Amino acid sequence: MPLYEIFRLLWWAILGVLLIGIAVMDGFDLGTAILLPLVGRSDTDRRILINTVGPVWEGNQVWLILGGGAIFAAFPPLYAVAFSGFYLAMLLLLCALILRPVGFKFRSKLPGARWRGAWDAALFVGGLVPALVFGVAFGNALQGVPFRFDAMLRMTWAGSLIGLFNPFALLCGLVSVAMIVMHGAAWLGCKTEGALRRRVRQAGAIAGAALIVLFIVGGIWATQIDFYLLGTFAGTAAPSNPLHKEVTRATGALLHNYGVVPWSMGAPLLALGGALVAVRLLRAGQRPGLAFAASSAAIAGVIATAGISLFPFMLPSSLDPASGLTLWDASSSLTTLIVMTIATGVFLPLILAYTAWVYHILRGPVTEDDIARDPHTAY
Amino acid sequence: MDVVALSRLQFGLTAMYHFLFVPLTLGLSVLLAIMEGVYVTTGRPVWRDMVRFWGMLFGINFAMGVATGITMEFQFGTNWAYYAHYVGDIFGAPLAIEGLMAFFLEATFIGLFFFGWDRLSRVQHLLVTCLVALGTNLSALWILIANGWMQYPVGARFNLATMRMEVTDFSAVLLNPVAQAKFVHTVSAGYVTGAMFVMSISAWYLLRGRNRGLAVRSITVAASFGLAAALSVVVLGDESGYTVGQNQKMKIAAIEAMWRTEAAPASFTLIGLPDQATHVTHAAIRIPWVLGLIATRSLDGRVEGIEQLVSDATARIRSGMVAYAALLALRGTPHDAAAAAVFDAHVGDLGYALLLRRYTPNVTDATEAQIQAAAWDTVPPIAPLFWTFRIMVALGFYFIALFATVFWQASARRLERHRRLLRLMLWSLPLPWIAAELGWYVAEGGRQPWTIDGVLPTFLSASSVPATDVVLSLIGFVVFYSALAAVELYLMLRTIRRGPEGMALPPAASPAPIAALRPAE
Repeated sequence: MPLYEIFRLLWWAILGVLLIGIAVMDGFDLGTAILLPLVGRSDTDRRILINTVGPVWEGNQVWLILGGGAIFAAFPPLYAVAFSGFYLAMLLLLCALILRPVGFKFRSKLPGARWRGAWDAALFVGGLVPALVFGVAFGNALQGVPFRFDAMLRMTWAGSLIGLFNPFALLCGLVSVAMIVMHGAAWLGCKTEGALRRRVRQAGAIAGAALIVLFIVGGIWATQIDFYLLGTFAGTAAPSNPLHKEVTRATGALLHNYGVVPWSMGAPLLALGGALVAVRLLRAGQRPGLAFAASSAAIAGVIATAGISLFPFMLPSSLDPASGLTLWDASSSLTTLIVMTIATGVFLPLILAYTAWVYHILRGPVTEDDIARDPHTAY
Repeated sequence: MDVVALSRLQFGLTAMYHFLFVPLTLGLSVLLAIMEGVYVTTGRPVWRDMVRFWGMLFGINFAMGVATGITMEFQFGTNWAYYAHYVGDIFGAPLAIEGLMAFFLEATFIGLFFFGWDRLSRVQHLLVTCLVALGTNLSALWILIANGWMQYPVGARFNLATMRMEVTDFSAVLLNPVAQAKFVHTVSAGYVTGAMFVMSISAWYLLRGRNRGLAVRSITVAASFGLAAALSVVVLGDESGYTVGQNQKMKIAAIEAMWRTEAAPASFTLIGLPDQATHVTHAAIRIPWVLGLIATRSLDGRVEGIEQLVSDATARIRSGMVAYAALLALRGTPHDAAAAAVFDAHVGDLGYALLLRRYTPNVTDATEAQIQAAAWDTVPPIAPLFWTFRIMVALGFYFIALFATVFWQASARRLERHRRLLRLMLWSLPLPWIAAELGWYVAEGGRQPWTIDGVLPTFLSASSVPATDVVLSLIGFVVFYSALAAVELYLMLRTIRRGPEGMALPPAASPAPIAALRPAE
């Protein structure tokens, strides 16, 4: 196996891990923000909810920033096409991502009900929009998006913002929202107490059940969707140029890989199994830590399912299928992939270690007493 | 306006907005670590209150820095897609490593900084504060490695097979001298900003006769730290000038409005009115020798003038056209060895040929007039560069003078007698931000017409998105950012006005009211 092929596969996998990292880590505070007005009845409730993520959301958001940076560094054409193609959707996402930090920080600075109500709405939107847009983006990738390259590899895009919100993409958006809400609830199951925790668990169980139903509907729908099959191409270790390949379109091709490699069915099964366990534990109110782990496993399963269904494509083109991006023709040079691998190998374990230490220091639920005791440091 | 102009406007505005928060984060994080270091060694509660009070302001600022920073990362993809494709192989890595090495560090520990007071020992909390400061400073290092490469693109080569720049020597990208000079200069500017922030607000407290204990100590720390930083920012600004002289001759010629090459050592134009149409600087006051000394560090090194550099650019455009013709030939017949040899010989000037794309899409059929026009495009707007640079430098010297004076008066414990000095400290608050924004204009405006100096022209770097989308996003940013600025400013001022008393620290840990404290004399 050529070295370049190994590193491309490795970075495809690392990208998957980072996306799962975003959804697991940033996902629970997005989910908490969505749940804020749904389960937080009083100002104290809402402050408890916000303070469960207060000390950690900044670190979590870095998963997202790193995800973007990693795509830029390891798959520059993917970065160029996805970000400029989804221009307005990306800016919508950006607004939400800017609202969230300032919402967390500014909400508690003034006591007024209107001030806090406005920031609650901002936080809700700031949680909902990223969850929805990420799902919709995947939903579009799973159908191919309308772009082509010229000989200088300049990309032109023939889509619109409204076009992105097509029925299948919206379904994927809902899968994502349900998943994030379930995950937020699983987090809050560990970090809250009493009546608030009961409402959180109910909301989480409903979201988890919705995830299971929507995910199955998506799977059945996928059999009817046109997708792409890679024909002859320059090779797995050829220079990254997306113009040297043949691509055919076929109905149901999204499920092609599961026939070729049967054990890849493990991904959708993990998604369903994880969600099932999370729902049962949330309903029973038992073992909150395990419920969170099950919810995280479900997220990993959902994202792995999307990745495997797309493989070897990362962003197929519906306008000119031969322009579509695969991991074999949209990566950085071998040198850059190696440098990035070293950097990731050194720093990711360190990050995981000190993140674990911080969560250890902050362990335990957030209570009304905590909020009352420290009214100015707490959010 | 077209997509390129709109995207430049949007990127410029959002970058300048982002940089309102960055320098303060850089400077305050280090000042917090220093103050907490004093608290841990002396055990005096007033120092802990200082850390918590300035830390609260730091937190408001940090949230805005994080929020507006994501915009910058996104825009390389949304608005500069061809740039992302063309140089992502080199430019993406520092950004990703910045996330791995720096952002995680600062963002993970900032939560503990605020929420860890009761859960950590003093030394552990100090360690957390130091890690936040380390993280913010490391992030500056990586982003300036990326930016330094835009100014001086070393360690990379155009790859015909992938139609983009690819890294050939990553260590050259890391150890880029421009990046190193920029890092020290930018971080020092951040320290000046943090020091001025602490000093000005403390001066306001003294003018109001409140919070003396906190204010006097804060001023002493800020003035000494600020003095060191201001000296560094000016001295190492000179270092920046030196490297610019070696690598970006056009930028230094433009900053100095040096139309024609002079006999070495060149004179320095202190002030004047540069006229881009006639190539004359009116009413110029010149100081002999100084420019040559700064830019070449020698008496006989020559600083080339704009007209000379444009004629150099003409030659490089012609050479680039040869590369471009070979590129087209090789696209038809990839194994043409003769064309490949020609391409290799001229590929270093390919970027200059791309300047012609503005005039003729085929490049190779450019007329003499078009070549001349493209060569003159390499000259950035002179008068704005000339003036912004001078104001920035003047401010740098002013900072040294102010910090030195305050430091001297504070050491002699005479600060409160000098109400005029206190007022001057207060009114100097916005100046470091002005200097920093002007500095970025010099660095980035002076790089035009390139996004990557000599490699990729700005007008080719933009995305192929509809102009209406960019108008929409630009309006969105202006409205959204203005609202956020208003909220941020309101919260900052409110927090400052309420002062440390407004924090209502838990009684067990809180000493007597701070206003009643007198410095131990």
